[in-house]
Amino acid sequence: MITAERKPLEEIIECIRPYDRILLVGCNECVTVCAAGGRKEVGLLASALRMAFMKEGRTLEITELTLERQCDPEYVEELVTMIDAADAVLSMACGCGVQEVARRYKNKPVYPAVNTKFMGASVSQGVWAERCQGCGDCILGLTGGICPVARCSKRLLNGPCGGSTSGKCEISDDVECAWQLIWDRMKELGIQDRYEEVMVAKDWRTSRDGGPRKIVREDLA
Amino acid sequence: MDKFEPVIVAFCCHYCAYTAADMAGSKRIPYPPNVKIVRVPCSGKVDAIHIMKALEKGADGVYVAGCLEGDCHFKKGNLNAAHRVEYVKKLLDETGIGGDRVEMVMMSAGMGEVFAQTATTITEKIRKLGPNPAKFPSNRKAASNE
Repeated sequence: MITAERKPLEEIIECIRPYDRILLVGCNECVTVCAAGGRKEVGLLASALRMAFMKEGRTLEITELTLERQCDPEYVEELVTMIDAADAVLSMACGCGVQEVARRYKNKPVYPAVNTKFMGASVSQGVWAERCQGCGDCILGLTGGICPVARCSKRLLNGPCGGSTSGKCEISDDVECAWQLIWDRMKELGIQDRYEEVMVAKDWRTSRDGGPRKIVREDLA
Repeated sequence: MDKFEPVIVAFCCHYCAYTAADMAGSKRIPYPPNVKIVRVPCSGKVDAIHIMKALEKGADGVYVAGCLEGDCHFKKGNLNAAHRVEYVKKLLDETGIGGDRVEMVMMSAGMGEVFAQTATTITEKIRKLGPNPAKFPSNRKAASNE
């Protein structure tokens, strides 16, 4: 999923200070799962903002709505009936959702209420970690299902480096060495011999190096 | 100036604090009438939004009263509640309302005295903090009449 974290309240307040009527829009997908911008978080942020403004002696009118998916035009269309009643939109979706709202409602200012972080997985309740960088040419089949692009600090394709100590990365004791994980997994699967194969330099044009990317499925488009 | 009488909402677990309040009543132990009790099936049922809404609608302080550690009827509802209270405290600090208006307390069903003592301590603490700054003067009047 795409993970996100709420921005500091002060930053959000400064964005919406000039306005009296805010449409606060959440998303029912990834940001709900990572507890950053779902219905619950929309309710909490709305309540916190109302109180922050009441403290200043101002009344802030906030309309709360959580869309099924904020990155799809079909769902963003649902805002059409309430957009005119708002001075600005505050979005709790990832950057994709914010941009979709901005694209559809051209004359309405849109502000992000979360910082979009990474594509990750849930490690345990309340903990998420980066697992994929969307490089566009998946090598998980060669690395025992553990991604060195996302999980090695240096993105080494032939690791580990000298900074790997007791299974930990030199940048922090909290970071596991991806290549140690890969080796352990290969051993478990009995395919250690694959480790000897040198991986050739990766073509990064399929990643961000090739500029903004697009997928066109001609049978669907 | 009128003496400030805080409005305090106490979310009390059915299995402990609510029964402790009952015990305080049976034993004729007085506690401040400022405390408005909301019975919940478990303190873990109390979500962050319930605490926020109580403050937004005019409470000056809120506390969640759950079972003693290890005694939760639903295993760890009280611990979940404690984590949520910590989260709300931080959010209220960010808002400028102040996280010290919210507390998590733990007690057993037999602790009538502790219930009364907690209610008194928290009421006095909120009285010192003064009215919830998120209340307009008109709201303050309405809240104290409820």
